[in-house]
Amino acid sequence: MRVIYLDNNASTRVADEVVEAMLPYFSNLYGNPSSMHVFGGQLHKRVEDARAEVARLIGAELEEIVFTGCGTESDNTAIMSALESYPRKRHIVTTRVEHPAVLNFCKAMARKGYRVTFLPVDKLGRLDLKELDAAVTEDTAIVSIMYANNETGVIFPMEEIARIVKSKGVLLHTDAVQAVGKIPVDVRKLPVDMLSLSGHKIHAPKGIGALFIRRGIRFSPFIIGGHQEKGRRGGTENVPSIIGIGVACELAAKHMNDENSRVKALRDRLEEGLLACCPNAMVNGDSEHRLPNTTNMSFEYVEGEAILLRLDSYGICASSGSACTSGSLEPSHVLRAMGIPFTAIHGSVRLSLSRYNTDEDVDLVLKKMPEVIKELRHLSPFGREEMARKTGKLRTN
Amino acid sequence: MWEYTEKLKELFLNPKNVGEIENPDAVGEVGNIVCGDALKLTLKIDKETGKILDAKFQTFGCASAIASSSALTELIKGKTIDEAIKIKNQDIAEYLGGLPPEKMHCSVMGREALEVAIADYKGIKIEELIGGKVICKCFDVTDEKIKKVIRENRLTTVEQVTNYTKAGGGCGSCIPDIENILKEVWAERIIEEAIRPKERLTNIKKIALIQEILEREIRPRLQADGGDVELIDVDGNRVIVALRGMCTECVMANVTVKNIEKKLKELVTEDLMVVSEGGQG
Ligand code: FES
Repeated sequence: MRVIYLDNNASTRVADEVVEAMLPYFSNLYGNPSSMHVFGGQLHKRVEDARAEVARLIGAELEEIVFTGCGTESDNTAIMSALESYPRKRHIVTTRVEHPAVLNFCKAMARKGYRVTFLPVDKLGRLDLKELDAAVTEDTAIVSIMYANNETGVIFPMEEIARIVKSKGVLLHTDAVQAVGKIPVDVRKLPVDMLSLSGHKIHAPKGIGALFIRRGIRFSPFIIGGHQEKGRRGGTENVPSIIGIGVACELAAKHMNDENSRVKALRDRLEEGLLACCPNAMVNGDSEHRLPNTTNMSFEYVEGEAILLRLDSYGICASSGSACTSGSLEPSHVLRAMGIPFTAIHGSVRLSLSRYNTDEDVDLVLKKMPEVIKELRHLSPFGREEMARKTGKLRTN
Repeated sequence: MWEYTEKLKELFLNPKNVGEIENPDAVGEVGNIVCGDALKLTLKIDKETGKILDAKFQTFGCASAIASSSALTELIKGKTIDEAIKIKNQDIAEYLGGLPPEKMHCSVMGREALEVAIADYKGIKIEELIGGKVICKCFDVTDEKIKKVIRENRLTTVEQVTNYTKAGGGCGSCIPDIENILKEVWAERIIEEAIRPKERLTNIKKIALIQEILEREIRPRLQADGGDVELIDVDGNRVIVALRGMCTECVMANVTVKNIEKKLKELVTEDLMVVSEGGQG
């Protein structure tokens, strides 16, 4: 069965070009870039070339990029560094809709005695900038706000956020794991101090991330060890993956237009098609300011995991923000923060595309999804009654 | 993604007995759309023999909820009411070849719908059938149900209770009550079990009992705070334990060891002395 992969916000296919570029670094070029001999030492140059590609994609300078193990490590490092660098400041500002890499790290810091403000969002998933303004005080060590949301794709107004935060002289970090490679991100224009990105969201392998650290800001390493990465991150460089993320960034720059035109058109056709053929369906989040590849939809009166597993039986891979997939009984914290009604949260599905998706993929989903929803509603004690109630055909009690 | 058995997947993709019986003799509705799980069970029952002639279901929920409902209908068809009421949630789980621990509540929901249907058939209130007062308001779970599930499935932690009943999985305000129920049920059981071997506490029994009390009474609480304890050895009446995780660095480590000793003295034998490996306490 052909696999239709629509879960690219979770992880992406490693690009063929990336795999090919990485291969020699597993076999012939296996040295340690820190070694004095030529065999290992020659790798140093290649690592720096890859760094330059990452830097170029986001408009940074070479020395401003530190390679990390993943997006989560980048996020943790950024926040920890701020707390270590400003030990007297005991306050963090973030949002309720962050990725667990920021959210749970902040909760852990709260347990250690830091004060954390979790900014709310409105029903379209937008931040209230006045609340941000009011939250940042002299005691704030860092503000950490995601660039784009992983579940809904909603993009936050980073420029305005940066203006507010920087006017108060506070450090600003953004988790740009979902944004980098999909939309233009340029730290020359955007005064953030730190920015996280991750390899496996942009067709590089898992286990490689990067952190942009603006030149001149105070920094304190999270992983302490050897003098790798100029002492900013200990641990022998993951050379093959670094080569991989370098190529992936190069490709991302090249495909950015495709992402914003063709992929976006696919997404829009998918979304419009599903809205047209599935009654009681809706799109979650601000569709105006949104990543071009993501849609988060709710199908009322059916449950997300059931939808996913039925889709899976047709080879269609998607993701659900609902209770069941996350391993907890809690429905998506993002949709809850947006105040989406429970009837809709339980039946939410995230479809995230990439440059590898085609028209045929969209056609198949448009064919299968309505069947799946119909079957599950047939199974559900709510489907018909509730919908009939809505249309006034059934008395409410 | 969850690890589901083939049987479960099969029943989810091709559920049996879907729908609603017209003019049913019994209806059991549990759960609601807010919880994310709901099941409506309708039964046709032979009034003479009490035999369940037909059973149909409608379920709103995840794959295991749908499969559990289908399994329930398969299990009860052809049985009499009195036979059916003996079906436990584990029977449903077993029918499916097992359920992930986090999904056990789906089987409990099936069992519950059956209870509601039978109460409906008998014309009595569900409280009369199972009794109890509501502990978890978010998910409408009674103390009797929590106790029953703890006993039948030998649960020891709040997390497990949540996995089985959903109680505690919402606002969390009922968690202290669930903790108390757990304590209550285990106090009954552990004291029962502790009294027996006291008649002649062989070394083997003593070690087994210590191990059991550590498992049930002590470790869950330490684990909740990120710590843990391990039994290293029992030398006569000296119980040697090792603290793990957060407990090792904890300034309260001595207090923890003392508390373990207190519990073991209370439930095993007065003569025990607990020391922690490495010396403190
Ligand atoms: S009352 Fe039990 S979780 Fe809210």
